[in-house]
Amino acid sequence: MAHVNDTASQFPGQVHETPGGGIVLSKLDDVINWARSNSLWPLTFATSCCGIEMMAVASAKYDFSRFGFEVARASPRQADVIIIAGTIVNKMAPVLKRLYDQMPDPKYVIAMGACAISGGPFFYNTYSVVKGADHIIPVDVYVAGCPPRPEALLHALISLQQKIKNGLTREQIKTGKE
Amino acid sequence: MALTNETIKLKLIEKFGEQVLNFEEPYGLLTFEAPKENNLKVLQFLYDDAELGFTFLTDLTAVHYPTLKGRELAVVYHLHNLPANIRLRFKVYTDIETPDVYTATRLFESANWMERETFDFFGINFVGHPNLKRILNVEEMDYFPLRKEFPLEDQSRRDKDDEMFGRGGSIW
Repeated sequence: MAHVNDTASQFPGQVHETPGGGIVLSKLDDVINWARSNSLWPLTFATSCCGIEMMAVASAKYDFSRFGFEVARASPRQADVIIIAGTIVNKMAPVLKRLYDQMPDPKYVIAMGACAISGGPFFYNTYSVVKGADHIIPVDVYVAGCPPRPEALLHALISLQQKIKNGLTREQIKTGKE
Repeated sequence: MALTNETIKLKLIEKFGEQVLNFEEPYGLLTFEAPKENNLKVLQFLYDDAELGFTFLTDLTAVHYPTLKGRELAVVYHLHNLPANIRLRFKVYTDIETPDVYTATRLFESANWMERETFDFFGINFVGHPNLKRILNVEEMDYFPLRKEFPLEDQSRRDKDDEMFGRGGSIW
């Protein structure tokens, strides 16, 4: 990432103590990004074995609710982030595009695992697999692995939060917002 | 008398004579073939006969034998007699130029899905099927991917040695 802000997880801005209270100085965009990044609702979307790993990350042992991802939505209209967990086949491609189009802005995409990145083990000799989900929709964070460890997905989720706080996701760059 | 492979075979020969042939028992599974025009007659007989009672279609698929000229495609039926717990395998062969085989959907509801899948991957034209169109692949696909006219491996690859995948010698 271009410039990772070490203080990305803290509240953006300075607090100036004054008698009887204080004044917060900040940029509204920073506050909005901070708020958005700490409550990302993932879409319940999994097309193969990475989905099992994603469920493990949702479970008590790894628990992505610690980072604000606990509200998994079964409808794209209520989701902020889609984790492409698994192989995308040609027949799934228009469905994935439609799900992405149905998500309200701002929206973010994580490509989880080798299949979602490049087709992975199906890169050669396939009649049905899309060679990378980024042929269909833009991706913000890629996670390597087949499937990735739960820690790797957690790292990707935190990386996405930092990208949002720094205003560097594709969505934010596209709309010209910091 | 318990139903055995031998009694099934004798009953079939008694009914169809020369029209059922090539009986085998690989791993104890009775296997035979019939001309494709007779596939429904054989299936119906296996279904209706009180003693045979093969009323369950376990699987329906196809095999492509590129070397068998004039009978390149085989449609394979796996049938199960549930009370006696006996299975058998029944094949009909067809020319790849005219891959028309009568549908078994009138006899087995479950054949509907499996015949669509077999059409999708092997291009068997199941005559009389109520809705014969692709089911797993995209509808724009204009070939049948599991036919062996397509190379199994990308022939341009030099980094992949079959020895590393437990499939015998090097391809190069």
